[in-house]
Amino acid sequence: MIQINQLSKKYKGADYFSVSDLDLIIYEKEIFGLLGPNGAGKTTLISMLCSLLKPTSGSFSINELTYHTNKNELKQLIGIVPQEYALYPSLTAYENLCYFGSMYGLRGEALKDKIHVHLKTLGLDQFAHKRIKAFSGGMKRRINLIASILHQPKVLFLDEPTVGVDVQSKNAIIDHLKALNERDTTIVYTSHHLNEAENFCTRVAIIDHGKIVCKGVPKALIDAQKNAYNLEEVFLAQTGKALRDHA
Amino acid sequence: MHKLWASTYKEILLLVRDIGGLAILFLMPLLLLIVITLVQDSTFKTITDTKLPILMVDYDKGTVSENIHENLAESNSFQIISKTSEEEAKQLVLRGDYQLAIVIPENLSTDLDQKVTENVDGILAKFGLEEGEDSIPVVKSKLEPKEVKLYFDPATQQSFKSSVKNGIDRMISKIETQTIYKAFQEQLTDDASEVIFDTENFITFTEIVPGKNSGNIIPNSSQHNVPAWTLFAIFFIILPLSINMVKEKNQGTFVRLRTNPVSYATVLGGKTLVYTSVCLVQFALMLLIGVFLFPMMGLPELDVSGRLPLLFVVALFAGLAAVGLGLLLGTIARTQEQSAPFGATLVVILAALGGVWVPIFVMPKFMQLLSNISPMNWGLNAFYDVFLRHSEFSEIIPEIALLFGFFAVTTLIAIGYNERKNAV
Repeated sequence: MIQINQLSKKYKGADYFSVSDLDLIIYEKEIFGLLGPNGAGKTTLISMLCSLLKPTSGSFSINELTYHTNKNELKQLIGIVPQEYALYPSLTAYENLCYFGSMYGLRGEALKDKIHVHLKTLGLDQFAHKRIKAFSGGMKRRINLIASILHQPKVLFLDEPTVGVDVQSKNAIIDHLKALNERDTTIVYTSHHLNEAENFCTRVAIIDHGKIVCKGVPKALIDAQKNAYNLEEVFLAQTGKALRDHA
Repeated sequence: MHKLWASTYKEILLLVRDIGGLAILFLMPLLLLIVITLVQDSTFKTITDTKLPILMVDYDKGTVSENIHENLAESNSFQIISKTSEEEAKQLVLRGDYQLAIVIPENLSTDLDQKVTENVDGILAKFGLEEGEDSIPVVKSKLEPKEVKLYFDPATQQSFKSSVKNGIDRMISKIETQTIYKAFQEQLTDDASEVIFDTENFITFTEIVPGKNSGNIIPNSSQHNVPAWTLFAIFFIILPLSINMVKEKNQGTFVRLRTNPVSYATVLGGKTLVYTSVCLVQFALMLLIGVFLFPMMGLPELDVSGRLPLLFVVALFAGLAAVGLGLLLGTIARTQEQSAPFGATLVVILAALGGVWVPIFVMPKFMQLLSNISPMNWGLNAFYDVFLRHSEFSEIIPEIALLFGFFAVTTLIAIGYNERKNAV
């Protein structure tokens, strides 16, 4: 379970809080979607939960562990799929996966087997020994995902895992994530694909200006919103239609 | 340990996959060593083997100017071109056509003869050796001191000027001394064949470079150049290393590593092992160049006999110091635009401070003090200790301890900086 208490983040020199006094509980085995317009604070929230950013105030725990007290134990427990392709372009898919798997203490045949299984499930086993720089965007996304789940994390954070990929790759990724969730992995993911979130998530929270504006089971949110027939309409009703460009 | 090995293996793969980068990493230092040694060797040969054309304006036309001409010609360093006008010679030097013009003043020989004769006569009169009881007291004529003018091209380096001035000064002193001897000879005997004075130098000097066990060491230019420029090349490892680290930040792989249960020290450990090994391979290649290629190119052979293990010990610690600096730079820099120019300039500054360009003993006092903080100075001293002084391991411990301390401090600062910057 992830328990977030009054969590805030204000970047140096910024006039506003990217995440402001946020309270949230994400239960075990949930597929939780963090939705919101650009700059709403989704990536900032996930970055704090993954130890990439220091909160300005507030606290959180994951399975009752915190980075202050159980840093390595907590890191072993989680996985993160960053928005960028966090892979070495000149190494092969297999070499990348071997390296990142080793960082979680995996080794030998066990590591090889896991790599093989994941590559096969995501349709990449024939490209195992090709260098990443030769891969398409969709293939890189899938390798990016595998690099984060080799150690079977209890909690998996995904920051826009399906952005910029074709429908086939997107389906493969979503199916793989569902299978992971069935094997007890809690999934927290951000996305701009609201249809995808509606079908995939067991619960969602819509964030705007660093605060949660609504949260719940997608169907319940749709039902509760007047004249809304899908999650996108709920989203627009809650966050407005104004453009969110900022620099 | 497994994570350290995995990090090391990954670094090896990254290096091996970049064939161009790898070639540059190994070939450029070799090229640097060859070019620098050739340039320095040819400069030395230019001074000793080829003749520098200089101008000479002889207003004296006497024995002194003849003597100067002969001495300059005998030195084999100069090709003397005679000119009749001082102004013409001055303009040619000013234009940079010639590096030097020597102007011998009018009546130098006769005035010097007269001056010396008067002095000798005066001395002999004091001793009562002048002929006749009622000899006429010596009357001293009022001769103006003579000045040999040296015109130098404004672009001529100070070191060249100094050596030419010293040489001509010595030559003129010798001519003066010989003139004095000659005047005494003429006064004391009528027999020109009688040798009263032995005019050969009584004091001579011998160059001895003390050795430890096997007599004198005669270091050649390769013994001096290879350690200095090898060290320079080894420190250039900070460039590819820091760029490698900045690339990881830009690729996002560093972000992933930060979320992994692996310490920054382990990540740096992998880089340290690989890049220190690269330094050792670079060093081995440079020794091979010095031992085998230099003689083929007409350069002095590098003598490493009996000193290889100690040389590799020094190279190992110098490599560690360089890697430590690279790790620190790679940790702090955010872009390649920051790390590359800063790293390159820093290496040149450390080399200058360390005595790679100019020997430390000729530096001003303040710079000599400053040179003590350059790891290249420690490395160079250790290399010279082994190469030229035949020191034992115990004698290089202070230098390699400093190099290791530098590695430890820079790496710890890098780890501390990273922890502080990425604290959650």
